[in-house]
Amino acid sequence: MNPDFTQTMILTFQVAAITTIILLVLGIPLSYWLAYTNNRSKTVVETLVSMPLVLPPTVLGFYLLVFFSPVNPVGGFLDSWFNLRLVFSFEGIIVGSVLFSLPFMIHPLQSGFGAVPATLREAAATLGISRVKTLFTILLPNMKPGILAGCVLSFAHTVGEFGVVLMVGGNIPGVTRMASIAIYDRVEALDYATAHQYAFVLFAITFAILLLVYMVNRRFARMELT
Amino acid sequence: MIQVHVSKRLHTAEGPMDLVFSGTIEQGEFITLFGPSGAGKTTLLRMIAGLTTPDSGTIIVDGQPWFDSGRRINLSPRRRSIGMVFQDYALFPNLTVAENIGLALPREKRGVIVGELLEVAGLQELAGRKPDKLSGGQRQRVALARALALKPTILLLDEPLSALDLQMRLKLQDELLRLHQRYQPTTLLVSHDLSEVFRLSRRVFVLDRGEVTRSGSPTEVFSQSKISNKFRFNGEVVHIKPSGVVYIVHVLVGQDIVQVIASEREIATLKVGKRVLIASKAFNPLIMPLDE
Repeated sequence: MNPDFTQTMILTFQVAAITTIILLVLGIPLSYWLAYTNNRSKTVVETLVSMPLVLPPTVLGFYLLVFFSPVNPVGGFLDSWFNLRLVFSFEGIIVGSVLFSLPFMIHPLQSGFGAVPATLREAAATLGISRVKTLFTILLPNMKPGILAGCVLSFAHTVGEFGVVLMVGGNIPGVTRMASIAIYDRVEALDYATAHQYAFVLFAITFAILLLVYMVNRRFARMELT
Repeated sequence: MIQVHVSKRLHTAEGPMDLVFSGTIEQGEFITLFGPSGAGKTTLLRMIAGLTTPDSGTIIVDGQPWFDSGRRINLSPRRRSIGMVFQDYALFPNLTVAENIGLALPREKRGVIVGELLEVAGLQELAGRKPDKLSGGQRQRVALARALALKPTILLLDEPLSALDLQMRLKLQDELLRLHQRYQPTTLLVSHDLSEVFRLSRRVFVLDRGEVTRSGSPTEVFSQSKISNKFRFNGEVVHIKPSGVVYIVHVLVGQDIVQVIASEREIATLKVGKRVLIASKAFNPLIMPLDE
């Protein structure tokens, strides 16, 4: 098999896996807060989280590019203090993907938290069980379908991401070239055979992942009925 | 001793309602809060638990303020010594019976206390089961055992028996009494079942539209209005038959047909299909136990 192809596919799934893990870690506290707070800033935060759903990916990508460029104060600070350059780098496309897939993790988790009966949280409180322990022993185990949906949607969405990654990361083989960009690149070079190879593999894998989720969720639903 | 003086404006389907409660409860007492639904019983329980914040007032338990609007004290439910049984039991569905009961306990004490509670509540056989594999009565027992695990000062029971059938209810009432005698928590029970009030509690507060209308021992509270020396039934006339100088009227009461003798003058006001009240002085009733 073409080494370029393998390298690009591995990179794509690496980015998707890392993005999903980061999103899960960030998403649990954020969606917990969104699900249970009455704070006034909630609406603003919800709007910001949902922005990537409607914003053209190139807009987000453009601002990230400007923001993280070493000539910008923020980008310059990261560059000189942490030796971290977020434009045209692997770390950069991770940051871009995390921001862009944020709603795909937050929304399922938030509705997952909302679906756990309030009396379970109240019962835990009357038993003196701490909030953190309640989160890990009561809430999260009772919202597995939401966690699964969040992870899978974020993963699949990152695999298919194009605009942000292209703007922030460019097209550097083995560093920032993800499968969707490779397809574009190959089509431009009139190499339809390789483009097709990428496209078909993405199609098949995405289909398989989603199918698995639906099957697992059906099992969860059946378990709840019995 | 628990001193509760609280008020809160509630927004109900029939408009705003002010819940006002003032009362003192002795250590180890078994109190019921009785009243129609929407009277504020559950809200009162939730205020004592710390799940709902009163607009103003104080809740003082054994001299320690749990809530004091004047001094801006409001202890979180986690820091109040309470055990609560919710109407829907609120068992943790992902944990087994033993884990539900033991979750709040420190690890080193867990085994002993859970074992004891499982035994007292007759749940040993079910220790490893998940709540969805339990019957209503079993769930209720798990919820009660869980609420007692930390030996709380106050036990709050929000209509814990209302979802069960009569036989199970009677059985669990006995069990509740037994557990109360054994652990002696100060207990507040929300109920709208009179027989429960009589069986379980020494003292009852009757709530109606947010106010305590009466309080005292169940016999004192209910002797004027609810307890009478008459039997009265509502029924429907299904048949009228002349028999010599009198008439025999068949009345459907519940699922039973009752035959009542009526004079010609009484018959003039009756016809088939009419709703009627049958009443009798209870000076000579037949009373016999039912087989269970």
